[in-house]
Amino acid sequence: MQQLADSLLQTGFLQGVPTEAGYALVIAFFAFVLLNFIMLIAGVTSWLERRVWARIQSRVGPNRVGPQGVIQWLADGIKNIMKEDIVPAEADRPLFKAAPYLAMMGFFATFAVIPFGDGLVVADLNVGVLYITAVTALVVVGILMAGWASNNKWALLGGIRSAAQIISYEIPAGIAVITVVLFTGSLSMQTIIRAQGWAPWDWFLFANPFLCIASFIFFVSALAEGNRTPFDLPEAESELVAGAFTEYSGLRNLLFFLVEWGNLYVIGALYTTMFLGGWQIPPITEQPVIQGALQFATFFAKSYFLVFVAMWIRGTLPRVRVDQLMTLCWKYLVPITFANLIGAMIWFVLFPNGLAIMRFAMFALGVAVTIYFFSRILFHLRRARPRLRLNPIS
Amino acid sequence: MGYFNNIRETIRTIFEGMAITASHLVREPYTVQYPDRIDLPIQDTLPFRYRGLLDVDLEICTGCLACERACPIDCIVIEAEKNKQTKEMILRRFDIDLAKCMYCGLCSEPCPTGSIHHTPEFEGADYSLESMVRRFVKAPIPAYKPTKGPETDPEIAPLLTRGLRYLDEFASPGDSK
Repeated sequence: MQQLADSLLQTGFLQGVPTEAGYALVIAFFAFVLLNFIMLIAGVTSWLERRVWARIQSRVGPNRVGPQGVIQWLADGIKNIMKEDIVPAEADRPLFKAAPYLAMMGFFATFAVIPFGDGLVVADLNVGVLYITAVTALVVVGILMAGWASNNKWALLGGIRSAAQIISYEIPAGIAVITVVLFTGSLSMQTIIRAQGWAPWDWFLFANPFLCIASFIFFVSALAEGNRTPFDLPEAESELVAGAFTEYSGLRNLLFFLVEWGNLYVIGALYTTMFLGGWQIPPITEQPVIQGALQFATFFAKSYFLVFVAMWIRGTLPRVRVDQLMTLCWKYLVPITFANLIGAMIWFVLFPNGLAIMRFAMFALGVAVTIYFFSRILFHLRRARPRLRLNPIS
Repeated sequence: MGYFNNIRETIRTIFEGMAITASHLVREPYTVQYPDRIDLPIQDTLPFRYRGLLDVDLEICTGCLACERACPIDCIVIEAEKNKQTKEMILRRFDIDLAKCMYCGLCSEPCPTGSIHHTPEFEGADYSLESMVRRFVKAPIPAYKPTKGPETDPEIAPLLTRGLRYLDEFASPGDSK
């Protein structure tokens, strides 16, 4: 992005503008574009999640606003914006008002390093992955602050649960990231993607067994960090009303949900970057615009598929208890991920350049598991009572 | 080995569960989104004793006030008086406040003729509380007097048959349909 700003300052229409002001303009422009992008993503995700979830439960889901309800999120957003912004009388006013923006900041800052394409990245930081782990921790501060400032027992419990959960799951997620970093030797998102290839057997997911295990651990921990089902204890409706967001209304409530649904996309993007080869496409064209568009489409499709998987998990698994949540983290994920890291280190010493046969074996295993999975789906479909209808529009 | 068993079981059950939910994803939904219509009117698909909005067949109401007494929240108001000369009950007022009604069905159980009953109609939304009060008596009318033997009046007989069937189904639900 800096090159773009520099070239604009030297040759483009920003000629004559002071350097700092030019940089600020370019930064503001990109922030605006990205903010709109994530609003769109979070909105459409909220609608799609409700539809997918409904179909999993044999319901129809929102299908009134627009064709098949595609602009339901817009109606919900407008409704929320027009609602009164209530601050409870006993609440800590400044903290209460600041909390959603803090959560929003922590989530929005991650988009600075998400690589949508070869050149489509706002800032290719050399500590990219570390930066993401650091700024997403800011969301905890926002949620804990919201819980505390609401002066409400449910909100406080939700906030504390959220803090305990996110901080615990940072460990397995961080170690899983380190496993990847071990094989690339760099924390930069672009370098991690360039270390992989466009073909599935060149992805880190299939590079060796340790990275494969790390990918699953990362996904589970990321779901927990994003407060997603089955780890959505901070807002467990049946116990805590709405957790840390209990007292929020209107736009501030909307911001929290924006963070939740947007975070889903961040999880998908991170996973795609680290394990699914990011924006890598086969070398079919040299034309930079088409190449960029294809890379963006590839990255988006991969990351959105993971968003879909998260919705699917939400429709499948029940919410865990607090003790189960902590057991899963400290007794299972943390030891496994450390053992996995040591195994990955040994592998790296033995085969510093990777093992081609292992790649193909892992890929074949992945294909076999996928085929078996589809055979199980067909098995359950044959036993299904309602009529089969593959048309997603109902 | 419980530890590794747990891991294996977790993976196996989640794998299977995801397959089941994925199979549901491509099935037809069971439900119909509310205002959408099905082939039959929804009211026709509901059971005979479905507790929808209350209705009264004034032609077979005996004015016994059993329903008014049975109502736990006093949403039924009946004014009936005896005509001194003809010894006939005259119904002056029969109001049901459907805004108060909680659809418990206690009023239709003691009714001797099945005059007060629930209908399968359930779409009773309205803009004001006043309009939720159903006033059945427009002008004072004489109450129904049970005859000895079967009812012969062709206008009243079907109503009475229906009302008695309604009461029968309270006594032994599910026998007739």
